[in-house]
Amino acid sequence: MQHSLRVPSDKRYLADVRRFIEAHATMTHFPEFVIEHIKLAVDEACTNIIEHAYQRNNTEAIEVVVAVDEATFRIILRHRGIPFARDHYHRPQDLRASINARKGGGWGVFLMNRLMDEVDYRVLDGYNEVCLVKKRMINGKR
Amino acid sequence: MSSFSITFRTSPSAQVLDLSGELDAHTAQDLEVAIQTCLSNGKFALIINGTNLRYISSAGLGVFMAFVEEVRENGGDLKIAALQPQVYDTFDLLGFPHLFDVLASVEEAEARFISGKLRN
Repeated sequence: MQHSLRVPSDKRYLADVRRFIEAHATMTHFPEFVIEHIKLAVDEACTNIIEHAYQRNNTEAIEVVVAVDEATFRIILRHRGIPFARDHYHRPQDLRASINARKGGGWGVFLMNRLMDEVDYRVLDGYNEVCLVKKRMINGKR
Repeated sequence: MSSFSITFRTSPSAQVLDLSGELDAHTAQDLEVAIQTCLSNGKFALIINGTNLRYISSAGLGVFMAFVEEVRENGGDLKIAALQPQVYDTFDLLGFPHLFDVLASVEEAEARFISGKLRN
């Protein structure tokens, strides 16, 4: 089953994306804390697309696709901005270092990787895609 | 659209910022302005009341990271109180309880300021 939502590349629409993800994750019967984790990971990914891929140009679009099968809850974020350069990403050293530097940025990718089972980046049909996967419980086991 | 608001109130020991709604990359700038206003007015004893804060992303957490050193350099502290469990979880993922005073209630945070304790 697949559902999609298209939003402008504007931070004002982050809440709409969270509502969309929450609705579908709830239908998938994830526990509440897992739903919160998925919402946060998707929010961080969308924020990075707006900030870095589109460099805060709010006239572009992000397509959010939720695909659910027996084993996985998959979110695909499609955009036409600058692709994520995995090799150039340096995660913040630690919270102490961020406080000392008086800078709060850079934690989004850390959270995405921490909260989801898989995070992948790819280019498909001229679109850049960020793919986030949460495995579903099957017979009480993951 | 995210709904988020901040109200200020002054307690005997601190400036309390009551946060309400969802704190994400769109609404984080409101918090930034609010904390900057406190500092500009010479208020460095700050309590963030999370009773009605339903959501926070790393953009919201980043505001606390950016300001806490300045607050402490001026003899104050930024204490975080009364977080909902799902919001506390996000603070915990980044290790906030190790470097910030995260307390169960605003009253505990106020008491901490009165007793002069900056952190545990």
